[in-house]
Amino acid sequence: MRIKAQVAMVMHLDKCIGCHTCSVTCKNVWTNRPGMEYVWFNNVETRPGPGYPKEWENTDRYKGGWTLRNGRLHLRAGGPVAKLANIFYNPNMADLSDFYEPWTYDFEHLHKAPSKEHLPVARPKSTITGKYMDKPEWGPNWDDDLAGGSEVVPMDPNVRKLQEHIAMEYEKTFMMYLPRICEHCLNPSCVASCPTGALYKRDEDGIVLVDQEACRGWRFCQNGCPYHKVYYNWNTHKAEKCNFCYPRTEAGLPTICSETCVGRIRYIGVVLYDADRVKKAASVEDPKDLYEAQLSVFLDPQDPEVIERALEAGINRSWIDSAQQSPIYKMAMKWKIALPLHPEYRTLPMVWYVPPLSPIMNHLTNEHDLSADGYIPAVDQMRIPMEYLASILSADDTSVIRRVLLKMAAMRVHMRDKSVGGMDEMKKSKLLQEAGTTVEELEDMARLLAVSKYNERFVIPTGRREMDEDLHYKRGACSIEELAPPEGMVTYPFERGDTP
Amino acid sequence: MAEIFWWVIFPYIAFAILILGSFYRYAFRGISWYAPSTEIFEKRWLRIGSTFFHWGIIFAFIGHVMGILIPRSFYLSIGVSDHLYHFFAILGGAIPGLMVVFGLLVMLVRKLSIPSVQVHTTFAEYYTIILLLLVAGIGTYMTIIFNTTVVAYEYRATIGPWFRSLFVFQPQYQLMSDVPFIFRLHVVLSFLLFASIPFTQLIHMFSFPGRYPFRAPQQYRARDGYKNSRP
Repeated sequence: MRIKAQVAMVMHLDKCIGCHTCSVTCKNVWTNRPGMEYVWFNNVETRPGPGYPKEWENTDRYKGGWTLRNGRLHLRAGGPVAKLANIFYNPNMADLSDFYEPWTYDFEHLHKAPSKEHLPVARPKSTITGKYMDKPEWGPNWDDDLAGGSEVVPMDPNVRKLQEHIAMEYEKTFMMYLPRICEHCLNPSCVASCPTGALYKRDEDGIVLVDQEACRGWRFCQNGCPYHKVYYNWNTHKAEKCNFCYPRTEAGLPTICSETCVGRIRYIGVVLYDADRVKKAASVEDPKDLYEAQLSVFLDPQDPEVIERALEAGINRSWIDSAQQSPIYKMAMKWKIALPLHPEYRTLPMVWYVPPLSPIMNHLTNEHDLSADGYIPAVDQMRIPMEYLASILSADDTSVIRRVLLKMAAMRVHMRDKSVGGMDEMKKSKLLQEAGTTVEELEDMARLLAVSKYNERFVIPTGRREMDEDLHYKRGACSIEELAPPEGMVTYPFERGDTP
Repeated sequence: MAEIFWWVIFPYIAFAILILGSFYRYAFRGISWYAPSTEIFEKRWLRIGSTFFHWGIIFAFIGHVMGILIPRSFYLSIGVSDHLYHFFAILGGAIPGLMVVFGLLVMLVRKLSIPSVQVHTTFAEYYTIILLLLVAGIGTYMTIIFNTTVVAYEYRATIGPWFRSLFVFQPQYQLMSDVPFIFRLHVVLSFLLFASIPFTQLIHMFSFPGRYPFRAPQQYRARDGYKNSRP
């Protein structure tokens, strides 16, 4: 057993209103600079739709993630030898047309234009070439809220897989929001794709980072990540990606996307897992077993043996305490209402999603005297086809989605009964039985999903700095000091103990 | 005196700049040590240009090792006659040479004609491509035209021994005095190219990630370990 701690996130899609506040704050903090204009570490997609970049789920095209060949994991885009042979040109990489050409507007013209018959306009100007653009043809969230419906929806690889016809008429169709950040996978294919070894998973919290000094710009990580969450900065010629706002999480604060989430859909916490089980879990034969296999790598933070072994592994008390109160552990591992995004990529992603409920297609006629059991068929008639959710969240296994939706429906029925009454007794209902849950669990769920406060949604231990060698030096020092030592002060690395 | 400058002083200065400049770049400009790709802007022409150029130059490098570093006596001892050697050298040199020149031309035209690529092309990049084009163009001309029309020049008796003598610090510059001008020009421009490596994108050739197939697919690094390590 090799215990490691991982910070993870759950997004409760039922509560996402698609306001893009997360994307905007993330953009302003991390990618608001030349070379990164087209980059959104956090983006919110309207599904069904092509997503960002277009068709990122099309693994035949971008060849991201892992495949299983003869029971062994292989990078879909080719192993190290194939990559070195292709190092002069990456055939599977997305180019800017798959994202969009970023632009700004010539605002200056508005107040410098001479007096004329017509009002001056601010023409769009490409931030790549600096030249005027005749018309931007694709941009961030160009397809927001199903804009361009019948043209953009068929670009969704999940839709193409669906057997049933998707109605495009706006009054009949469906949509949902999918906010996405880097998954900080347990088996990250971007890390395995990097020829230089510049990408790595941090030992103490599992955050996947790019070492900017080591990155040589070979670009295999960009499409090696099946979620397309590693980006090429054309200005610095290096890869950059979501860093889970580690300067914030190290201080015990949630990521900026979570902090500013208007719908409070995001939860952050620590989970403990056994790194020795990761490879086996990622290599199960049937993609539909990947979800359960992934769950099997996590360890119960209440188990005394696990606690003992975690302490031995150098995970300190505050991290174990956090793991015990982790909202992620409750939602993803205990209640099993949060599911991994595209488990079939075999990367064991660590951002989990509670699938959204959606309006029921048929009118419920006798709603006032409907029994709890009456809600069971309702789950099967929701607007968002279960197959669609399953193709995103459970490798096409609709039974997993159905169980979660039943649980969510049962929670609503029970809480409605509690506050307004009029329902037959939940404890005896078939709904509870079919959802595989208890009344107590439903109440815990309702608490965490609906009314939980900041410190229940974000249980983040601070970074483990007590082991740092140079705390004495750092005390009172300014963070920029490593780059620019103050005048008159000699700070060679060996003098302050940076080198072992 | 000129002989000593071109065949002793100049090569050593070039090597010194190459070695010291690379160390300087690594130590003080390490963040700029990369392969500056514009694939994100344009893929179609890059595929042709980059692939032809890089594979061509790898084979051309192997060819130079075979022609310059490996002495003629070795070929004779394993029974490769001069005639046989030149037949294969011309054939084996012509194809990579043409690949390199073609690839460079495609890359140069791409840089000049595609707006998004053009804005991001620096002086150093034009300089490198044009210098490479000169070196490779002259080299290809020597192989294909000079060697077949004027004389199949036996550089293994002059340039080869002179080049090797540089490494034992006993430069035999007199060997270069009778070398045809076109060959001398190729050599001088090549040394200029070597000296340019630390200051251009050519530096990325030293980063070829040969260790990749042998390392573990997943990399873990501790935060405090990261502070002290530079791969």
